[in-house]
Amino acid sequence: MTLLEVKDLDVSFETHDGEVHAVSKLSFSIDAGDALAIVGESGCGKTQSMMAVMGLLTENGKASGQALFKGKDLLQMNVADLNKRRGKEIAMIFQDSMTSLNPYLRIEKQMIEVLMHHQGLDKAEARGHAIEMLRAVRIADPERRIRQYPHEYSGGMRQRVMVAMGLLCQPDLLIADEPTTALDVTVQAQISRLMTELRAKSNTAIILITHNLGVVAGLCDRVLVMYAGQAVECGTVEQIFYQARHPYTRGLLKSVLRLDQPGDTGLEAIPGNPPSLLSLPAGCRFRERCPQAHDACCEMPPMRRDEQGHTWRCFLDQVDE
Amino acid sequence: MNDRVLRVQDLAVHFKLREGLFFKARTYTLKAVNGVSFELNAGETLGIVGETGCGKSTLARAILGLIKPSRGRVLWLGEDLGKLDEEALRKKREDLQIIFQDPLAALDPRMTVRDIIAEPLWTFYPRIARVQVDERVRGMMKMVGLLPNQVNRYPHEFSLGQCQRIGIARALVLNPKLVVCDEPVSALDVSIQAQIINLLKDLQKMLNLSLVFIAHDLSVVRHISDRVMVMYLGRAMEISTQKALYRRPLHPYTSALIKAVPVPDPRLARIASDTGLTGDMPSPLDPPAGCVFHGRCPYVVKRCELEVPALRRMENGDWVACHRAEELDLTIGKSST
Repeated sequence: MTLLEVKDLDVSFETHDGEVHAVSKLSFSIDAGDALAIVGESGCGKTQSMMAVMGLLTENGKASGQALFKGKDLLQMNVADLNKRRGKEIAMIFQDSMTSLNPYLRIEKQMIEVLMHHQGLDKAEARGHAIEMLRAVRIADPERRIRQYPHEYSGGMRQRVMVAMGLLCQPDLLIADEPTTALDVTVQAQISRLMTELRAKSNTAIILITHNLGVVAGLCDRVLVMYAGQAVECGTVEQIFYQARHPYTRGLLKSVLRLDQPGDTGLEAIPGNPPSLLSLPAGCRFRERCPQAHDACCEMPPMRRDEQGHTWRCFLDQVDE
Repeated sequence: MNDRVLRVQDLAVHFKLREGLFFKARTYTLKAVNGVSFELNAGETLGIVGETGCGKSTLARAILGLIKPSRGRVLWLGEDLGKLDEEALRKKREDLQIIFQDPLAALDPRMTVRDIIAEPLWTFYPRIARVQVDERVRGMMKMVGLLPNQVNRYPHEFSLGQCQRIGIARALVLNPKLVVCDEPVSALDVSIQAQIINLLKDLQKMLNLSLVFIAHDLSVVRHISDRVMVMYLGRAMEISTQKALYRRPLHPYTSALIKAVPVPDPRLARIASDTGLTGDMPSPLDPPAGCVFHGRCPYVVKRCELEVPALRRMENGDWVACHRAEELDLTIGKSST
């Protein structure tokens, strides 16, 4: 069953320098209980597309297109209707746990708020529920910890609190925006394992936004690769990791720092920088950095699809190996 | 060997902290770095790896004389940096430079790229001719892969990766002998990380630099280091050659750090082994007795709780601080028992 279907999503921001096209004609869908990764560099539109879906764009931003959640368009919904769903049916974990937790409020207050609002629990019930959730994300001594303020937690613990808060109402869809990026590898491994467990337990669908392909490989079923506001490739993890068709995806895979290959192999970097979203080039947006660019690339390649449902935006059919 | 440029001997940096007010006030000692020793040759790269709070950045600052050590010595070309007065130390800084973690925060937003890269030159050679400075700045920009015609631009006009290139140009403009890189790529995107690491590697070969390269992730230092030091709670756990460390780590903590790096390969990732690490790193205010790692170590025995393991030399010349280093076989890829 399709849980969320995004169709032709456009997101743009009015700025002093002109209109910034953060996301152009993005389409994808995710089924209930599935895990989808959205991968790409900073500024490729992966966060803003999700902010648009959640109705959290800043004042100068506007979104068009459709985001059908259980058949209802989130982009057309008024705030009251959105609020009935946000936190309850769709939850989001933000990247920076220090700035997304309120430093003036105890963890308890921040956690039980959502339960009292959505499930009408009284304070004691909500508190018990919150303590259970903290225990589930392996916060030691949750009865005492819940009375503390965010600054008394370490970075990894704060991120675990964010995961716990996202899962409090057992949402159908959890959007996790770089949940492990700022963390040590050991903590990153803990959080990844935690999300896998919780997904198995409560059948929550996960959209994981990240630029770390290592995390994706262990956690997700499908991958959407974005570049300069567009989807450039989408497929199952196997398709993306072993049969990547877009030169950008292949470049990303080669530039990952990995430990399971001989150490002296050189590191292949993608040369150059992504284009400015203020003045996007005509044609393929990856053209200037692409090792295989040719004349045809002056026109925008269409999204192509093979029989296995693997889609990619490139004129070439080449597959690695 | 004669080309040994840096010797760090039993270096410790302790911070005094106060908590509470007046009569109830208590002072604590935070042992950020606690007895670290290593040596570095000319043209060599030492990677320093450890989790947040293990003292690696404090160590970096102590090496450069930016923090006074509480104990121990930093010998640069045989000279004790701790014994030098301000003025003499300042002169030494021409040889000792640093590249910071957050490229944008490390650059003054109101200065042009030219002024940023030229500032060290003006500081050390106030009478240098303007044409000469300009030539040098443009030369540096070309060397780090920036367009020399962008000298009049400001940091905000560049991407993060380009800002880090500016930071590298500034660090190298004086022809230093040692550059400390404090997490130079952790703020950058994957594709840009590889660019910067390749750039540093090339520059090091070209200029015969000694590098201390700090990161919180073993996969980052692998491509650039000759030797790697793993730190935990202010202590060195292991100092090994790059080849040996990634094939057969000597310390259980190193092995856990290697296993924690996610494998970007779905077929392998599904069966990836557990890191074996439980719990969080203890507070450096109250480190455990005995081996600082004993509370999280899967191979802990009674002796580890009582006795601090010394950093000792193994047969192959690598260093490790673990009582059980000889009997444990932590070869990567072998299933742990």
